Amino acid sequence: MSEIPSALALGLRRGRLEIRQFLRQRESVVFTLLFPVILLAIFGSVFKDTIAPGVTFSQYFVAGMIASGLVNTGFQALAITIPLERDFGTLKRLRGTPMPASSYFIGKAILVTVSMLIQILMLLGFGIVFFGLHMPTDINKWITFFWLTFLGSACSTALGIAFSVVPKSGRGASAVVSPIVIILQFFSGVFFIFTQLPPWMQQIAAIFPLKWLTQGMRSVFLPDSFAGQEVAKSWESGRTFMMLTLWLAIGVFFSVRKFRWDRD
Amino acid sequence: MNAIEVTGLRKSYGPVDAVRGIDLSISTGEIFALLGPNGAGKTTTVEILEGFRTQDSGEVQVLGFDPRTRGHVAREWRNRIGIVLQTTSDSGDLTVIETIEHFSGYYSNPRNVDEVINAVGLDEKAGSLIRKLSGGQRRRFDVALGIIGNPKLLFLDEPTTGFDPEARRSFWALIQELRGNGTTIVLTTHYLDEAEALADRVGVMSDGQILEISTPSEFGGRSTSKARVSWRDGTVLKSQTTDNPTAFVNNLGADFNGEIPELTITRPSLEDVYLRMIGEIDE
Repeated sequence: MSEIPSALALGLRRGRLEIRQFLRQRESVVFTLLFPVILLAIFGSVFKDTIAPGVTFSQYFVAGMIASGLVNTGFQALAITIPLERDFGTLKRLRGTPMPASSYFIGKAILVTVSMLIQILMLLGFGIVFFGLHMPTDINKWITFFWLTFLGSACSTALGIAFSVVPKSGRGASAVVSPIVIILQFFSGVFFIFTQLPPWMQQIAAIFPLKWLTQGMRSVFLPDSFAGQEVAKSWESGRTFMMLTLWLAIGVFFSVRKFRWDRD
Repeated sequence: MNAIEVTGLRKSYGPVDAVRGIDLSISTGEIFALLGPNGAGKTTTVEILEGFRTQDSGEVQVLGFDPRTRGHVAREWRNRIGIVLQTTSDSGDLTVIETIEHFSGYYSNPRNVDEVINAVGLDEKAGSLIRKLSGGQRRRFDVALGIIGNPKLLFLDEPTTGFDPEARRSFWALIQELRGNGTTIVLTTHYLDEAEALADRVGVMSDGQILEISTPSEFGGRSTSKARVSWRDGTVLKSQTTDNPTAFVNNLGADFNGEIPELTITRPSLEDVYLRMIGEIDE
């Protein structure tokens, strides 16, 4: 008798299946991937001002939308779909097989990565073509962009899996998760300029990862001269890295310890 | 070695004692049917055997493993068992063959995908999306996922609910075939005729305990209980219960001097005995 396949091999297999399944659900493909682009189109058309020398609101907004895209494709998508899978009995069926939990998590991470990449490419493409988005030219900014994207995405995935135990039912999951995401987006300076928000909002936002992700993305897409206009008068890259890593650790801890396959 | 060995199994949910001390042995290669009304503790018992729940006390061995095991040992154990739960209600956006093929990759020594699809009679539906399957087809698909790993032990939870009579017959044939290959099968069902057709032994649970375990034909003293002989005499339907139906029918035949109109001889069905047993508990 041969060996049971490794957790990693099964994780890759799960990733393929998750992507295939995702692409067949057309409504959710359109909603998840196109929604941020639609938001960019609306905000970009309404607010045409420049907010600092050489910085249009679209430029500011794209940074925020990429950051919140990481939250949408990871945290929001998983915290809504995993409770549904639990209600459907899909998770219990998987639990009855030799596939380990880690493979299931790897599969979800692959799905999040792929949908995140598609979303970012669409936002950037749309921004460049219609709103004169400037891409960074400095190699260091690109390095920041890559570690932010992957650390942010990992953090978002882990927190989404961890949070999936909170909604009582699959049907109610969206009602629990979506308001949290929307409020965080408002508080974290995605839709408005962060420094113009009331200080108490800024302080609450600073506890959560989205504020750090948006600030990090601004450090990529806005000129360094703009750093002086941030709350701390700097991009705070080190602090951003620390906060995201901390939240990633929290997410992984609760995912591993508290994940539930069954409704009761 | 027995496939399943249970001693002194207990499980409570708060103040409710769901399982109140069960002893049970199921031998390798056997088909065992667990019967009982809703709330009798069947599901809790089976879910403990499947490793979905943990007991409060008692010893459980399934294929020589403790179902509470976790980590790599649990994978080794699950590699040898198949579980057919109630059907899933997901949107079914994958095809039959895609899903079975995918699940086959979870096991060290899976059965051939086409062979399994053929065994459950879904050849013509192999390329169909799961959401396009009828209720009975979807149930057979569930069974395919349960047996793809080539299990030594298969759990079937109410496998034929919603089947038409023909589909049930062909499903029973599939289960007989699996047993023919040496698979041990634990079946829970509400259909007494299903238990009678398939099971080597049946166990009836009520109120967290096992009332009786025996073969379907000996269950509740069926094989030795009185038979009922019914026939038509002119315009009147008559019947008589007797310990000696053969002698009784011989005499009756002499009276009629030939064929006895509308003759039937019946013993209590498994269902009759079962309902009497469950009814006594309720009273």
